[in-house]
Amino acid sequence: MKKYISRKIFMYLLTFFVAISINWLIPRMMPGDPILNLISKLSRQATNNARLYAELNQKFGMDKPLFSQYLLYLKNLTQGDLGQSIIFYPKTVAAIVSKALPYSLTLTIPAILLSFLVGNYLGALAARKKMLDNTVLPFWYVLTATPYLWLSMLLAWLLGSKLNLFPISGAYSFSRLPSATLSFVLDYLHHWVLPFASIFFVQLGGWAIGMRNLIIYELDADYSKYLRALGAPDKLVRRYAYRNARLPQITGLAVQLGVVVVGAITTEVVFGYPGIGLILAQAILGQDYFVVQGAFLMVVLCVLGANFFIDIAYIFIDPRVRHSMIGD
Amino acid sequence: MRLKDNDILHYALRNRKLRIGLAIIAFFMLVMLAGPLFARWEARERAGLYPSAPPNSTNWMGTTKMKEDIFSQFIFGTQSTFLIGFLAGCIGTTIGLSIGFFAGYVGGWFDELLMMLTNILLVIPSIALLIILAAYLPYRGVQIQSVIIGCTAWPWVARAVRSQTLSLKQRGFVSLARISGVSPLRIIFEDIAPNMLSYVVMVFILQFGGAILYAVALDFIGLGPTRGISLGLMMQEAFQNNALQVGYWWWFIPSGLSITLIVSGLFFLNTGLDEVFNPKLRDQ
Amino acid sequence: MSVEVENLKFYYRTRKGSVKALDDVSFSIADGEILGIAGESGCGKSTLSNGLIHVCPPMELAGGSVRLDGKNLPLDKPDEMNTYRFRNLSIIPQYALNAMNPTVKIGRYVQDLMQSRGIDYSAIEKLFADRLRFVRLPEGIQKRYPIELSGGMKQRVVMVISTLLNPSLLLCDEITSALDVSTQKVVSALVAAFRDEKIVKSVSFVTHDVPVLYQIADRILIMYAGQVAEAGPTEEIIHAAKHPYTQALVAAMPEMASTYRQKKHASIPGKPPALLDPPEGCRFKERCPYRMPCCDERPQKRLVGNGHEVYCWKEDL
Repeated sequence: MKKYISRKIFMYLLTFFVAISINWLIPRMMPGDPILNLISKLSRQATNNARLYAELNQKFGMDKPLFSQYLLYLKNLTQGDLGQSIIFYPKTVAAIVSKALPYSLTLTIPAILLSFLVGNYLGALAARKKMLDNTVLPFWYVLTATPYLWLSMLLAWLLGSKLNLFPISGAYSFSRLPSATLSFVLDYLHHWVLPFASIFFVQLGGWAIGMRNLIIYELDADYSKYLRALGAPDKLVRRYAYRNARLPQITGLAVQLGVVVVGAITTEVVFGYPGIGLILAQAILGQDYFVVQGAFLMVVLCVLGANFFIDIAYIFIDPRVRHSMIGD
Repeated sequence: MRLKDNDILHYALRNRKLRIGLAIIAFFMLVMLAGPLFARWEARERAGLYPSAPPNSTNWMGTTKMKEDIFSQFIFGTQSTFLIGFLAGCIGTTIGLSIGFFAGYVGGWFDELLMMLTNILLVIPSIALLIILAAYLPYRGVQIQSVIIGCTAWPWVARAVRSQTLSLKQRGFVSLARISGVSPLRIIFEDIAPNMLSYVVMVFILQFGGAILYAVALDFIGLGPTRGISLGLMMQEAFQNNALQVGYWWWFIPSGLSITLIVSGLFFLNTGLDEVFNPKLRDQ
Repeated sequence: MSVEVENLKFYYRTRKGSVKALDDVSFSIADGEILGIAGESGCGKSTLSNGLIHVCPPMELAGGSVRLDGKNLPLDKPDEMNTYRFRNLSIIPQYALNAMNPTVKIGRYVQDLMQSRGIDYSAIEKLFADRLRFVRLPEGIQKRYPIELSGGMKQRVVMVISTLLNPSLLLCDEITSALDVSTQKVVSALVAAFRDEKIVKSVSFVTHDVPVLYQIADRILIMYAGQVAEAGPTEEIIHAAKHPYTQALVAAMPEMASTYRQKKHASIPGKPPALLDPPEGCRFKERCPYRMPCCDERPQKRLVGNGHEVYCWKEDL
């Protein structure tokens, strides 16, 4: 067990290391002066330009050999220094990203978990029931094929603009300041519903399809046949199939996390929701590359962390994994 | 069962999901091929008299705020979105197939190394990689977008193909070919690949659909093609011009709907094929 | 007689028509009897076990009846069959090694199963423990997951569970084919012990392995291409087979060949007929060395000894 966990930790550290190296490498691989690229936005407003350029050149040690530059980058990272934002000057990237993170997390985590639970339940319900399956399955496929951003736009247009049921911009009303009052929480939830629903529904389709297919396989498995041979009612056979089909779905959860990021980013943009995704999009439009890089690191870190958590949790959920580790 | 071979065609013709998927894809093929005959303007040409006009007899799908003809944009946008999906799907499938094949076939440290790389790239969200790649590209065309999407989408293909190869390798005919001194490449192309053909087609279809969704997301956050048009770009422009608040539904409904339909069509096709080749999934 | 099977037919429905996997089969099993059922793969012997326990698509009941302890089994009504399964007839399946749910502990499994059948688990808990001991499984196995057990242990757990409610008829479907020779012996001995201890009343023991039957069966039924070829007491089938197919089958067994003093057949030439559209008359005729014109008609049952039946036209049996 220890060996398994330490191997996992090693793999995740390695992955994180690769990610931060990519983050460093890509600007330097692209044509042109990396520092100039990084501050290209400022080159149009030349006042601070020369000073910032010199400052950054110094900071990144551009006069030194590449390897030292890389070490310097790592050193800055370990100190939590992600650089300086240009469009939100003088805020640091670390400050911007850490302020945005809670918004993204409170949006995506409930959306992922709820769509996982509901989708799996609905998928299991429909499997091998001809009528139900034939009517709802196409619906799941359309949901999972819908771009998050389009569903967001549809919801914002229909329920927001047309019917005026929900606000379509921001995480809370402009007139308010975050506080721990009930009225603020209600206002916050009111803003939260539509972006949440966009991510929730697209994800829902995928989970339902996955669960349906897994249940079909499980109902065909030998242990299901044996239960039926012993006269067990359909209810127990299905309960057992569901129990086992959940396990690969949890692995699927880890894989899905990377895809949910797409949904989170584009949904936040549509609803002007102040999470990492919106920051990222604003930074891309403003060519504020430090923020782009900072957001990249934050996204990667979150997904890696969640993956690691699932990997470890899996040991406790699946007796087969636990058993296979006794030999370790 | 000797009946099996003929069964595949029978189930393929009878499978509803396959037929729906094919019909959707065929429809959009028609739109792309015949559409330009009806598109009277270029995507970026000033076409209408009025900005943001709803659908009318001149501009069948209305106009944008810049007086561009949405129908023309829609035709050309569908073409480039389809092209991106197709190219990226080809690239992703090819890379994933090659890496998966060779890792599984050669085995040993080669396999371990490739799988380590694959697993690393599998956990790093590909949209994040795409963003960081696209953000630094000074010029982005349809081809470049396809290449970067294809290059980030292959890891799961590689992993799946590897395990398929491993299981096929265990079957007798491969070791037979090996004993008889046939080259590994010939074994792969003559013995393993045909057995995996149906699987490869399904992988390609999924990559195709996935690539379209990634491209749309990139377009939307401002990393789309710097020139030209795509369905994603149409939605981004609609959004940027407050189409939601003002209610210019004709600007973002057709583009989003067709992306959804194309990708659903591909997914239907994939599931249909899966059911045809995989008797367990068929209706009983 | 605790089991009476009459003119039973199980067909598989396919696109091209019905595959007559089991076509008009009649036999009976007496109280306390182990009936061995043997034949090549595809002869219908597994269809028989599966069909008796659970007729489900594409398999369908095409005719005939089965009486168990004097009651007709509602084979064509899967839901009604549920009341008989496990209590009155039970199966040790071919796939016994994978029959348990890998993520459920064995004790929990039996508890769930009993509850779902409306049986009080606490009333049966002690019996379960006794039976586990009876098949020499270690204490505390109820708290283990199936994956923690060896193949032989899993097999025995399944045997205990299948027979927990003392069914009248126990169907054993190729239960020894996945096992090594020494485990085979243990398993067949256990089946005999279940019968001796009156845990089960009668047993249908299906296998392609005739030597195993020689050890445990009281009577043997030989099947060919979905029909009965010959049935009789074990000694007579092994040493004095009448049907040409049985003779060939017995001769093909390495251990028995030396004691069998007729022409030696290493194997039987030819293949069984396709059951989608089987030929008229005796189904063995194409491979039979004694083929006669009358073989084009279906042979009638002929009694050639005490409880020894042969389906063959040959005169000097």
